[in-house]
Amino acid sequence: MSKQNSPSDLTGTVETPFTGAQALKRLKRRQAAERRFRVYSATAVGLAVLALIILFASIINQAQSAFSKHYLRLDLTLERTIIAPGETLDPVQIESNISGFNQLVKDRLVSLFPEASTSAAKTRILYSTLPRLGVLPMARKTAANPDMIDTRQTFDIVISDDADLFLKQKIGRYQRADLPGTALLHHLAGANYAVSGVGTSELQAAYSALALVDGRPSQDILIRSGQNWFTLVSASQSRLELEALSIVPSGENVLRTAPLEALILETVATDRNVSNYQIALITSLQDQGRIIRKFNSDLLLQSDSTYSELAGAAAAIAGSILTMLVTAIFAIPVGILAAIYLEEFANKNWITGIIRVNINNLAAVPSIIFGLLGAAIFLNIFNMPRSIPLVGGLVLGLLILPTIIMASQAALQAVPQSVRNAALGIGATRAQTVFHHILPLAAPGIITGAIIGMARALGETAPLLLIGMVAFVNEVPTSPNQEATVLPVLIFKWFSGAERAWEPLTSALVLVLVGFLIIINLIAVAIRLKFDRK
Amino acid sequence: MLASLAYLPNASLLLTIVASIGFAAFIIGRRSPPAAMAAPTSQFQRGLRANHKAFFVALCAMAPALLILTLHILSVDRMTQVLISSELADNIQNLPKLERQVYLDKLTEYAGMQQATPTDDAFFNAASQRFIALKGQLRLAAIMLATLIATGAFLFASREYKIYNSKRNHIEIVINCLLFLCALIAILTTLGIVVSLFLETLRFFAAANSPSLPAFIFGMDWNAQTEEDFGAVPLFFGTITIAILAMMVAAPIGLFSAIFMSEYASPKLRSMIKPILEILAGIPTVVYGFFAALTVAPIIRDGAEWINLLPFVPDNFLAAQPQSALAAAIVMGIMIIPTVSSLSDDIINAVPQSLREAALAVGTTKSEMIKGVVLPVAFPGIIAALLLGLSRAIGETMIVVMAAGQRAQITLDPTSDMTTITAEIVALLTGDTAFDSVKTLSAFALGAVLFVVTLGFNLIALQVVRTYRQKYE
Repeated sequence: MSKQNSPSDLTGTVETPFTGAQALKRLKRRQAAERRFRVYSATAVGLAVLALIILFASIINQAQSAFSKHYLRLDLTLERTIIAPGETLDPVQIESNISGFNQLVKDRLVSLFPEASTSAAKTRILYSTLPRLGVLPMARKTAANPDMIDTRQTFDIVISDDADLFLKQKIGRYQRADLPGTALLHHLAGANYAVSGVGTSELQAAYSALALVDGRPSQDILIRSGQNWFTLVSASQSRLELEALSIVPSGENVLRTAPLEALILETVATDRNVSNYQIALITSLQDQGRIIRKFNSDLLLQSDSTYSELAGAAAAIAGSILTMLVTAIFAIPVGILAAIYLEEFANKNWITGIIRVNINNLAAVPSIIFGLLGAAIFLNIFNMPRSIPLVGGLVLGLLILPTIIMASQAALQAVPQSVRNAALGIGATRAQTVFHHILPLAAPGIITGAIIGMARALGETAPLLLIGMVAFVNEVPTSPNQEATVLPVLIFKWFSGAERAWEPLTSALVLVLVGFLIIINLIAVAIRLKFDRK
Repeated sequence: MLASLAYLPNASLLLTIVASIGFAAFIIGRRSPPAAMAAPTSQFQRGLRANHKAFFVALCAMAPALLILTLHILSVDRMTQVLISSELADNIQNLPKLERQVYLDKLTEYAGMQQATPTDDAFFNAASQRFIALKGQLRLAAIMLATLIATGAFLFASREYKIYNSKRNHIEIVINCLLFLCALIAILTTLGIVVSLFLETLRFFAAANSPSLPAFIFGMDWNAQTEEDFGAVPLFFGTITIAILAMMVAAPIGLFSAIFMSEYASPKLRSMIKPILEILAGIPTVVYGFFAALTVAPIIRDGAEWINLLPFVPDNFLAAQPQSALAAAIVMGIMIIPTVSSLSDDIINAVPQSLREAALAVGTTKSEMIKGVVLPVAFPGIIAALLLGLSRAIGETMIVVMAAGQRAQITLDPTSDMTTITAEIVALLTGDTAFDSVKTLSAFALGAVLFVVTLGFNLIALQVVRTYRQKYE
């Protein structure tokens, strides 16, 4: 023993179970395991945060194109014979005369592209650039100001969703290339033309970069010369063969053209909803400066529509507000009073024990079960109408009741017992103690809990589907007894829409909903901060 | 006037009348402070007494009005039917009792619709007009009666309100009862869920072309839309598959996040991470569903197609559907992360610090301490957190509705589309549904299964957490 305590032992030259080479190796392994474990746990947090970032990034990315849309700026004369053929000027009749206004707009479009009237198919494509109901704002404005009739006015009319997506490069992405110099255009036969001369080499370079299938391009290339549009059929070293898409007839066989311009599309016509001819029309309109891009205020100001280019969330926002109002009026007082009963009044016996367990369980019941409850009780037994905010609000109220009760209970528990003792000690009744002293102290916590419950109700979808709040509503509801829909349900509806244009619109609506939730939560945070400062 | 009264929904009738009676009683009651009492010693005391009296008389006035109006609401349709049946044409009067009742019910329902399109039957239209008028008269009578009795109760109460101290116990009892009623609503909700789900389920099994209970639970084919096959196994299978896949995402990430937050992160980092995870819990499920369908599902499909092209994989090994169980499950897993992490975090934090210190003192590394001491102690609580997560996964609706597909099928391939109990309930109950069709009733049977299963998980989990807390706090 005494030998081991000699100075030489303390330098560590003697082998012990904790110093040898094996022990060091083991220590290294243990430390590596420690580092690995730490990396695992940090990675888990990183993954969760990453998922959140990806979620928002993908939605914002999809949504941004929906915050603006393209309008066609048309100047036209509001001819009375077409829009108000009757004896008197009745605003209601003018407003509902959609076909009259459409006629005006169509006539104006044809006057811009007289060539389109040569075939029925082309005319149809020209008309499809604007949605039928796109003239509605124009009709409303005219009905409100009858003085405008028979004068020349400029209107911005929303263009069709497909044209809009094309201009936003969302379908049929394209590049434009200018081909320098002028070229000679030869009319061969029928719709076939050929180009030779300056500028073709650039075109050939672009052409040769494309994959060829049986000698034809796998992508569409549109060639433009002034007002004339062609599709590229084939190319050789010396000349380009073109097929006319839209041409102003001149009667000459050889034309000296304006500088050529190429529009290289990434898809062929069969793979997209906009035809080559429509692209030619849209591009011409754009070059005339008639197409402008504006903020999509319709998203918040208009009601739902079957046309994605006209749809907005105004009715759903109003429906959400009404539903939340019903929920708040029902759930917040009941929840707070129930919590007061459980915390301040109830004796601890088996009945209150059952209520407590029951509230905890109710908070974890799937929300769809509440939808079934609403359908069975409110719709089937009480025979209340479907799709109204009153029923929706009550169902959501029952859904968030446990949340509010539990938050209020926690807030009441946090009030010091001395406050109760002091109030009871000077002769206050229990009710006076609670309502005059405890409740004001617990209020910030209770309000925060109520707001968080409301935020949950605002985002809830499934139970509302079961009580029929998926109805198509295009009038802004003003009372809880009218048919309505709410924001999350509208998201679900727009998501189910078939056209491609609904996708960015739905993403934008998701951002609107998330925006509302952020506002609600910020209010809760503000209340909490103010409370903490005291 | 009478007609619009008749169209008034029951709830708003009840609320408006009772609230306005209470409000009026409060205002009037507060104006005339209680007499026959010792003079108030201060302005404060005067106000207190006036408020007290006002509350007392308002409650006394509201109670009978509430009772009368509730009775009225429950009986108004029946009473109107009795009144109108004596005025009906002879051919209807002479119908057998049951058929006459059916006619009356039809009339009631038709009259209840405000914007009903007139039917071809002119007499029926006139009868419904008359029905509305009668119902309006009954409403008016009930409201007048309620107001009258409320006034009487108000006068009685304000005359009786003399001695402050004895009455303040009365008001105490009233308030106690009111609060108890509010707490009872939570119980009634559960009761409502249980009764409505199980009554409708019983009706489902009693219906003509419904399956037997074993055929429902063990049947392998589900075609409820055509009202043919009601074998729920494919739905159970889809639900369990998606829930388990979701837990495979949520359990490791949630658990390790909890460990990181409670054992490794500095307080500052922890206060940053916790709210971020809470954001995940606050995102509406419809947003998750949208994300799953639009972003995750295409990635899963492309990945599955890529795997199918690998040389050693047989042709069409994976289904690679545009909507897939895997897409829904991954996103659902992300959604459940905060459920698992925040509860596990609470549980791990509740492990006594002395245990940690003891472990570290004998020379363990931190991870050995966590694996050897903290996790075994917290084990029951962590299981409870996972159970709660699983119960959320089973009950989650919008993600599966939007991203998992609609086909009820049993397959082990997670890239194929599946449907779940919740998605099927939505599919069966959305749109115009009659409450007596087998299709609708089957949704309630599915709901009952869902409720029982999730309730079981929740009860176990909450019980475990409670015992655990009692042990270490």
